Amino acid sequence: MKKHKTSGKPAYYMESVPKMKKIMRNYYLKAKYARYLGKKVAWITSGGPVEPLIAMGIIPVYPENHGAMIGVSHTGVELCEVAEGMGYSGDLCSYARADIGASETGGGPIGGLPKPDMLICCNNICGTVLKWYEIQARKFQVPLFILDTPFVHTEFTKEAKTYVDRQVKDYIRFLETAMKKKFPYDKMNVVGKRSVEAMRLWQQVLNTATAKPAPFTAFDAFFHLALIVTLRGTKTVLRYYRFLLDELNQRVEKGIGMVENEQYRFLWDNLPIWHRMRWLSRAFAARNAALVADTYTSAWCGTVDNIDENDFLGSMGEAYTRIYLNIGVDQMAEKVLNMIDKYDVDGLVMHSNRSCKPYSFGQYDIQRIVQRERGLPVLILESDMVDARKFSEGQVETRIDAFMEMVGQK
Amino acid sequence: MITCGIDIGSVTAKGVIMDENNLLATTIQFTGYNAGTAGETVLQKLLGQAGLKREQIVALIATGYGRNSVDFADKTLSEIICHGAGAHFAIPTARTVIDIGGQDSKVILLSDAGQVLNFVMNDKCAAGTGRFLEVMARALETDLDGFGQLSLKGSTPAAISSTCTVFAESEVISLVAKGESRENIIAGIHRSIAARTVAMANRVGLIPDIVMTGGVSRNIGVIQALEKLLNLPVTVPENAQLTGAIGAALLAQRAPNVA
Ligand code: SF4
Repeated sequence: MKKHKTSGKPAYYMESVPKMKKIMRNYYLKAKYARYLGKKVAWITSGGPVEPLIAMGIIPVYPENHGAMIGVSHTGVELCEVAEGMGYSGDLCSYARADIGASETGGGPIGGLPKPDMLICCNNICGTVLKWYEIQARKFQVPLFILDTPFVHTEFTKEAKTYVDRQVKDYIRFLETAMKKKFPYDKMNVVGKRSVEAMRLWQQVLNTATAKPAPFTAFDAFFHLALIVTLRGTKTVLRYYRFLLDELNQRVEKGIGMVENEQYRFLWDNLPIWHRMRWLSRAFAARNAALVADTYTSAWCGTVDNIDENDFLGSMGEAYTRIYLNIGVDQMAEKVLNMIDKYDVDGLVMHSNRSCKPYSFGQYDIQRIVQRERGLPVLILESDMVDARKFSEGQVETRIDAFMEMVGQK
Repeated sequence: MITCGIDIGSVTAKGVIMDENNLLATTIQFTGYNAGTAGETVLQKLLGQAGLKREQIVALIATGYGRNSVDFADKTLSEIICHGAGAHFAIPTARTVIDIGGQDSKVILLSDAGQVLNFVMNDKCAAGTGRFLEVMARALETDLDGFGQLSLKGSTPAAISSTCTVFAESEVISLVAKGESRENIIAGIHRSIAARTVAMANRVGLIPDIVMTGGVSRNIGVIQALEKLLNLPVTVPENAQLTGAIGAALLAQRAPNVA
């Protein structure tokens, strides 16, 4: 095991962080200069099947990851306003508004995304992405591929499987046409195996937070997540997550927690509030509370068991269809209950996110189920992941206080 | 033991001094733009009324939206837990507390023993709050005190469907233009607030007895509209507006070592 030189550093310091930043910087640089490197760029939705792109040597770029960066850098409001000025409704998902705004003005923390050569849209996360990607395909005059994944109300039927698998074949043909070359099935095997391994590693990374105190919190997971979203299927991801896992395991061994006096443990639901990450993590830490896990970051490894690593293309249709946002509320609640038990938490914190309707829609039902099945307190915070105009500090603080008082009186 | 509770709301600042279960002094004033100063004047008024010195107060808890500006408080607590404690004190059988203040509304679910089990607050929106009523009263050229009484004379509440204060105001104006009676319009406004509140209460799962606190509880029109929709009685305790401050003072007694 590699030795980590963390002595003398504060408990929150992790060597992985600067490493991760460097990887992401290089990734975006490469994407920005793809043209000079003779590479093609594809924009893809966060829940979309990226592996075939990696196998084809196409650089994937994620408007949603870009949206998160826009949120963190506090440029969300101005970009959303650009989109609103173009006529888009303020009720539209702020990732879509920020992306539309940024592609219009070249604004945001990295001066906009590189122009796409093609767009890959998978509606397993929501219906918003369909229109959003159609708009961008029209704007950039590039081909768009849509992978339509039927909603899994209760079960994944045989018909659904046939329907999705057929589209996976269309996807490969789409890529062959766009790139004017044959699809490299051998390479795909390698990429598929790597992707599965990356998901397993990511799950192990998240599992470390079952330790008490938790070596890292959901706020950290939101940060380290970027790689499993953007580059799964590459070697870089494997190397990085092995390093991160190592560091986390060492923290567990030494009993180093991310929150100094971890007294309460909570589970987070929904996307992060990107523009308030520091404020929120401090607010909870100051109350000796650690958000040890969340439903969001685990979505990127939640269906790994549905994938046959020896037949990635043949099984990915099912895996991509059964993700967290594409299943019924009962199944979602089931997952939440499992996580509550697994991470041994004292309560659930739900971000009711103005932008993300599929994520926020069933929350009151899930709250009721959690209260019925586990008797745990639930906090609901109303905000938006990118649009800071939807956040009210005073209200959120009062709710957190009241929630902590409720937890404390138990 | 003598304790003090100060509740700095967005519109009014309230305070009480209590000796065990007895109210020694109470006060209500406008908060103004400086919540810290408001807290200070509230305390001075209370001390004057009760004829006490600051040192005689064993513990002081601040609550409400401006609680953190009261820098002389021994401790701050959210208005949720204070309203819960205050409502339980006033009406021990209370299980659901509906609190509608100047700028927010909340529903708190209590255990038999008065512990907070769950709560919901309205989102960042004035609809369904005291501010909403103020805007409507202005649009209808009446004052808040007359509002409740007038609505009782309404025979058929006018339909007001907007949940947004601004939209609702223009709805009201167009009702006026159509010649709808003022009484019916006001009854409609109260019905719309009540409907919003009931929807919120259903989210936490409503259990009787139901108690209403906060400034809007002075409005008989809202109470009656709530009772009609819920089909249950809604009790308003004496000193309903002081519920949060009373709760804070009571909680200060339970934790005398707060300082
Ligand atoms: S609506 Fe939700 S799932 Fe869809 S793009 Fe926005 S944040 Fe993502």
